[in-house]
Amino acid sequence: MTVKLTRRQFAAGTAASAALLAGTAPFNIVRAQGKKLKIGVLLPRSGFEAQLGIACQRGIDITQKMLPAFGLPGDFEIMNADTESNVDVARSRAEKLVNEGAHVLIGAFDSGQSAAIAQVAEQKGVPYVINIAAAPQITEQGYKYVFRNFPTAPMLVRNGLVLMKSVFEKSGITPKTVVFMHVNDTFGQAMQKGISAMLPSLDMPFKVVETIAYDPQAKDLSVEVAKAKATGAEMLMPVTRINDAILLVREMVKQRWEPKIVMSPGAPGFYENQFYRTLGKFSNYMITNVPWYNPRSAVTQKVLDEFTKKYKNEMFELNVGFSFEAVMIAVDAFARAKSTDGKALADALRSTNIKEHVIAGGPITFDAKGQNPNIISVTLQNLDQRPKVVLPLDIAEDNLALPLPSWSKR
Amino acid sequence: MPIELIANVAVQGILTGLVYGLMALGLSVIFGVVRVVNFAHGEMMTIASYAAIVAFGAWNIDPLLAMVPIAVILFAIGYVLQKALINPFINRPEHSQFILLAAVAIIIANTLLMIFGPDSRNVLVDYALDSLQIGPLLVDKVRVITAGFACLIAAGLFAFFKFTRTGRAIRACADNHLGALVVGLDVKKLYALTFGIGSACVGAAGAMMTLLIDVTPNVGPVFTLQAFVIVIVGGLGSMPGALLGGVLIGLSEALAGLFFVPSAKSMFAVAILILVLLFRPQGLLGRKI
Repeated sequence: MTVKLTRRQFAAGTAASAALLAGTAPFNIVRAQGKKLKIGVLLPRSGFEAQLGIACQRGIDITQKMLPAFGLPGDFEIMNADTESNVDVARSRAEKLVNEGAHVLIGAFDSGQSAAIAQVAEQKGVPYVINIAAAPQITEQGYKYVFRNFPTAPMLVRNGLVLMKSVFEKSGITPKTVVFMHVNDTFGQAMQKGISAMLPSLDMPFKVVETIAYDPQAKDLSVEVAKAKATGAEMLMPVTRINDAILLVREMVKQRWEPKIVMSPGAPGFYENQFYRTLGKFSNYMITNVPWYNPRSAVTQKVLDEFTKKYKNEMFELNVGFSFEAVMIAVDAFARAKSTDGKALADALRSTNIKEHVIAGGPITFDAKGQNPNIISVTLQNLDQRPKVVLPLDIAEDNLALPLPSWSKR
Repeated sequence: MPIELIANVAVQGILTGLVYGLMALGLSVIFGVVRVVNFAHGEMMTIASYAAIVAFGAWNIDPLLAMVPIAVILFAIGYVLQKALINPFINRPEHSQFILLAAVAIIIANTLLMIFGPDSRNVLVDYALDSLQIGPLLVDKVRVITAGFACLIAAGLFAFFKFTRTGRAIRACADNHLGALVVGLDVKKLYALTFGIGSACVGAAGAMMTLLIDVTPNVGPVFTLQAFVIVIVGGLGSMPGALLGGVLIGLSEALAGLFFVPSAKSMFAVAILILVLLFRPQGLLGRKI
């Protein structure tokens, strides 16, 4: 028997099905509540930020085993998505994760991608916990579902510059002249503007004698280093990424440029595994003022042990720490909210107060804008070819070693 | 500005330029004879760089030694590539050749990415960070060595094309394709040989480059673009032109970085390219077609 369907019957049937689906949708949401928490993790696992996205992923991957050790539930689901280091892809992947049932989003290492995900999260009413992204405007939009457990760029710059004074005081070496070299990309320019704006108000003891911006794709920094060396500055203040940090130090060795201090006000490069692997003994004594894990925290010690067991050749650093904490924050909120409803989770996130955690600073809390104001920077110095906290003294792992020894005496 | 600083920067620029020149030489040789623009030039160079990195990592072979077998391997790759893949495209429209070689480039880059991952790699030999003090000049030892090799390879190549029967036959193919066919030259074989020789140059340059820069699987297009700029400035198909173009670009970048903004130094290389295209479209040492 065949059934003939007229166009009118088909249209009526479709409309009835749509009405039925729409009518039962609220029940679907109710049914979802109280179920396992689904966390959508957005990271740049491919593209130019792949190395760093993969580092963040390692922090995510140890949470399921580690969080129950801190009294948090371990039965949550991680839904991974690759942003391909691209803002548009980040936005579409975030939408896809929400459509597939993610209750909370985490990511995305990069400010541009995080800003795009924040828009999606706000539209869909799904809480979003930013692991790493410094652009201040993300938490200045009045969003209700966006929470950031990472310092803003102005916080980074201010903390980094203030720590410089502590380094000068502790070492007894106060440089009078500084050359500022920075990578000429969005991050480098933001840091340059922030530093220029803050230096006069912070009453720093030095004068910036030259500012040298260089191409982020540079394969050779010989001219830049020659120019910096010619200033005779006592300190180099670099804002780098990893590849140019390696180029910079390599060129400094070749040109025998030996300033008393090389100190970054808060940028990647010097504390990354590849820096140590490539430069060996020449990686030592570089300083970076940056948010970092608290080596004295019991939580950090446990997480570090698990990380080292799982990833023998990888380094536990800030990307891992902040990504771990992002999941910790989401699961903690879920445990208190006892619901996967977006609003309930967002309310729980707003009242977050995690005292024992990985990153150095006060308890994890969020202000009215969704920003954690309690993250501090530490002074890291490369000693024995790994980054060690040397300031503040209460969490220091080693003593500050300055001035930089000659390249030839290493 | 101290004169020592200017002299130091100028010398570094010239030395870097000679290495750039060697990098572009392969592209120039191939285009000069086969008339195919190798869009996979940078990626072939990246293969050579990774081969040098593996040779150093596994057997501690200095890239300056490894470049000989690497050049041979790249010769074989180039020969087979021309014989098997490019020859059928020789008489097709140019855009077909471009797409073919761009596809080869994408395949190479992604294969390297799968094998080696996205991390940048280099070779750190004992002398990698040494410098030579010559009066007031402080010159990078590796750059001196690589520039020296670049000149040697260019001279060898020049001698091959000038004084050997095969070299003269290849030049005959380049000068008069029909004439070469009439006198009985095996043009397809000579094309494959030329592609192999150009690839061997790329192999030597790629191996040496590991002493100067860090390599990633995606660095190929940067090399390709730079090689294009150099050969267009020097004159497509001209071997001395490739070296001259390299030196000019290296020197202009260095001095622009010193006197203007370092982050804009590559802009000056492109400015030279535009000027050459406007006032001498065949390149500085190129022949009018």
